[in-house]
Amino acid sequence: MRATILFLLLSLNVAFSQEVPIVKFDRLEKLMQTKSEKIQVINFWATWCAPCVAELPLFEKLNAAQSEKVKVTLVNLDYADQINKVKGFVSRKKMKSDVLLLDEIDYNSWIDRVDTRWQGAIPATLIINTSTGQRKFIDREVKEGELESIIAELK
Amino acid sequence: MKRSLFFLLGVGFMILTAGSPAAYQIGDTVGDFKLKNIDGKTVALSDYKNSKGVIIIFDCNTCPYSKAYTERIIALDKKYDSQGFPVVAINANSPEISPGDSFDEMVDRAKKKNYTFPYLVDETQGVAKAFGATNTPHVFVVVREGQDFKLAYIGAIDDNTRDGSQANKKYVENAVEALLAGKPVETPKTKAIGCGIKWKNS
Repeated sequence: MRATILFLLLSLNVAFSQEVPIVKFDRLEKLMQTKSEKIQVINFWATWCAPCVAELPLFEKLNAAQSEKVKVTLVNLDYADQINKVKGFVSRKKMKSDVLLLDEIDYNSWIDRVDTRWQGAIPATLIINTSTGQRKFIDREVKEGELESIIAELK
Repeated sequence: MKRSLFFLLGVGFMILTAGSPAAYQIGDTVGDFKLKNIDGKTVALSDYKNSKGVIIIFDCNTCPYSKAYTERIIALDKKYDSQGFPVVAINANSPEISPGDSFDEMVDRAKKKNYTFPYLVDETQGVAKAFGATNTPHVFVVVREGQDFKLAYIGAIDDNTRDGSQANKKYVENAVEALLAGKPVETPKTKAIGCGIKWKNS
């Protein structure tokens, strides 16, 4: 009996652990350009980037607290052949925000389309109000409470 | 009154220096630097007075992009040292923030990978700041004109961070080939993708 419950719990856990689709830049461009009621919060990170990993909980917290008003997308920049590592990381940390693995290795072809100020280091975060076109780009770690105040500003 | 004026001047100066990056631009003459190499000896840019130029690469031990590019950096030195464009690698990461970039770890990595070029420590991070290096690996190709070294290329090694054999645009090779041929560099500036340089806590 106990074993069955455990099995059920485990399979539930598997069922709920989220997928990490491998995407190209057009998917991201759509997110940045499609008019939406929600403020788009797009964070660039990788499993090997310690400051990125350290700030992920701030995005998860925002996603949990304001999911009706804010859409959080965590864009992973690990290499596509590391997808299983990324999936393992996401399920281990029980991450609930959308996670995409961006498979675009010619960075010079797309980073200016995220923001021309971006020099290519992570973490980096783009916050856009797609209905007004207002945007804010942060090319460093975010501080506790910073996301919330930017979102309030862009509303 | 006098004091507040000085204070205002001070603030103005701070804003001015913060707002205008002192980093070198393409065509600028870069200042000489002297840094400690992994063999304990000092290497200066002015030591390369008989070279045609130098491929300066801000790099480190720990960044996955640096690791992905290691073999390509060694290949650049193999190909261009004999043609007068040697590689000089500089590690500016603070070992307090990134322990894997300590001097001993640098010696170790250079030995393991058989570096054929200097691997210098930018302890004060002053050289990285002067060049405006932000990431690793971040390349600055300088060409010698008389006593001066002029900045001819800033950016990435090529357009494929993962696999050099799949790269379509070999930015550094193209720049050096153009300089060797006495032609203008077609793409003098790209963005170097990589890990941010680990700056000291100030």
